[in-house]
Amino acid sequence: MVQERPLPTFQASSPPVSKEQALTIYEDMVLGRYFEDKCAELYQRGKVKGFVHLYNGQEAVCSGVVKAMRSDDYVCSTYRDHVHALSAGVSARAVMAELFGKETGCSKGRGGSMHMFSKEHNMLGGFAFIGEGIPVALGAAFQSRYRRDAMGDANADQVTASFFGDGTTNNGQFFECLNMAALWKLPILFVVENNKWAIGMAHERAASQPEIYKKASVFGMPGYEVDGMDVMAVRAVAETAIARARAGEGPTLLECLTYRYRGHSVADPDELRSAEEKKFWRDRDPIKRFEAYLLEQALTSEADLKAVRDKITFVVEDALTFAEESPDPNPADLYKYIFAED
Amino acid sequence: MAQTFLFDALREAIDEEMARDQTVMVMGEDVGQYGGSYKVTKDLYDKYGELRVLDTPIAENSFTGMGIGAAMTGLRPIIEGMNMGFLLLAFNQISNNAGMLRYTSGGNFKIPVVIRGPGGVGSQLGAEHSQRLEAYFQAVPGLKIVACSTPRNAKGLLKAAIRDDNPVLFFEHVLLYFNKEDLPDDEYILPLDKAEMVRTGKDVTILTYSRMRYHVMQAVASLEKKGYDPEVIDLISLKPIDYDTIGESIRKTHRVIIVEECMRTGGIAAEIIASINDRFFDELDGPVIRMSSQDIPTPYNKGLENLTIVQPAQIEETVEKIMQSRL
Repeated sequence: MVQERPLPTFQASSPPVSKEQALTIYEDMVLGRYFEDKCAELYQRGKVKGFVHLYNGQEAVCSGVVKAMRSDDYVCSTYRDHVHALSAGVSARAVMAELFGKETGCSKGRGGSMHMFSKEHNMLGGFAFIGEGIPVALGAAFQSRYRRDAMGDANADQVTASFFGDGTTNNGQFFECLNMAALWKLPILFVVENNKWAIGMAHERAASQPEIYKKASVFGMPGYEVDGMDVMAVRAVAETAIARARAGEGPTLLECLTYRYRGHSVADPDELRSAEEKKFWRDRDPIKRFEAYLLEQALTSEADLKAVRDKITFVVEDALTFAEESPDPNPADLYKYIFAED
Repeated sequence: MAQTFLFDALREAIDEEMARDQTVMVMGEDVGQYGGSYKVTKDLYDKYGELRVLDTPIAENSFTGMGIGAAMTGLRPIIEGMNMGFLLLAFNQISNNAGMLRYTSGGNFKIPVVIRGPGGVGSQLGAEHSQRLEAYFQAVPGLKIVACSTPRNAKGLLKAAIRDDNPVLFFEHVLLYFNKEDLPDDEYILPLDKAEMVRTGKDVTILTYSRMRYHVMQAVASLEKKGYDPEVIDLISLKPIDYDTIGESIRKTHRVIIVEECMRTGGIAAEIIASINDRFFDELDGPVIRMSSQDIPTPYNKGLENLTIVQPAQIEETVEKIMQSRL
């Protein structure tokens, strides 16, 4: 096991969220976890096909950022995108149906696990190649600025969050987009989910400077190193970054130190990561940690939390039933959606 | 109306569409303060400002992706490739995100972008600046591919491309920017999916596009004097191909020559020949002949460069051979 980077500590003097906000965040994290657990089970049972990349362990990052955003803000993800879609507001039914390739899926069964899209929820995708979603997210952010400054729309203050992993930060599109975002002060958050491994390539073996947040400084933008297993810590920096973006002051780079509990995809034998390393991170489980925090701060009761878990258990089962009972796409529609007129 | 250069016709198209629709904007290398490497965006920076005529860093894949993201969220970007060859660096964004994303998203998003710029074999520009990417991109689903060839069609087609809700790859030719022509005074739009009948005739159908249209017409001028009557069709749309116009012509002439500037292997003609066999085989009196560039990187040396692309004399010779074999 490579020497772990010390996780930055986060101290808030008083609880930074209300009870209602806390339960919303908790519900979002539990939904992410339970949904992905169900995916793993369904894949093993042969119900879900293709490449499936699960988000277990990283929930604090997505919930910490997206639940600090507005519903008219934009979210852009990678191939590990189920949970970003859920946090952005896409229903568990629509995401599950997409995994089943059904017509009721959020991408009408044409996309699959790695291509979750929803115009209604400003969910930009779902991008399966490394780095290719970042320019698209940059375009959404440019569009917000364009509407405000070139078209005079004072309400165009939407912010875009672009999520990607540590491996992507060695790709040109990452650097090119940081440059352009800073150059034009675009309202965007670059959210790095540093889970330490790009499939089997340890981050330290791929990056000459593994501390990704430091790369922000050369573009003249703030970069934060965050404990990505602490949803309140993620939310705190996300709020700062969102406020900066919304005020027209430009982009922020967030490096969230996190871990994926499962292999890169469900097809990954996951032979390179040590048991010791996995335990180190599982002991910092973001959901257990948030539960403990909420109880300790007396923001919620155990009964409140259990009610959320029960509700989400039902939501995920309902999504599964919905997906199973939904129709396949009509074969006559094979060519539909190639062009805008279709 | 005064004679208009092709580059100015394109500029007028962009200017008119930007004035008409605030969501239309231009982005690319040196499109703003510099006015574009071939002056297609000259003075537009001063007129529309730095956001609507956006000078980008040299980062083709990323600024192309940015244009796609802006299109997904409601703008209508015109992305200039300073040289279309540079867009090899943006192949991923053009293929995965411009071409395929609408389908992959189940129709969630449309991608109204125009990706335009100079392509083709110029005058001793060397291999990298002499590429014909239309052949490389033709297999990408979801893209429309257009090649303009005259000031008149350049303007009408570019306006149509800007208004189209789909991604359009718009090829200009580096040697045609200074062609001149009278343009209509009134606004006009040309369809993106229709071939242009350049010369009606009855002997043989010659299909061509972009600069090769002029090599064909040079050959035709000489063939006319010898009493031949070829029909010349400028394809305009390289994807989809206008098989209605092609079919109508084949039913008349029963002979086809395709003259193209892209390379022979995997070229535009290769695709058209296969489709003509599928659709019009019974109408043909002989095999479709293709005249393409050689399968080599375009050499710098002028003599070798001339040997790389199809020359008018070769076209003339081929038509004569076909017509004689018919007798």
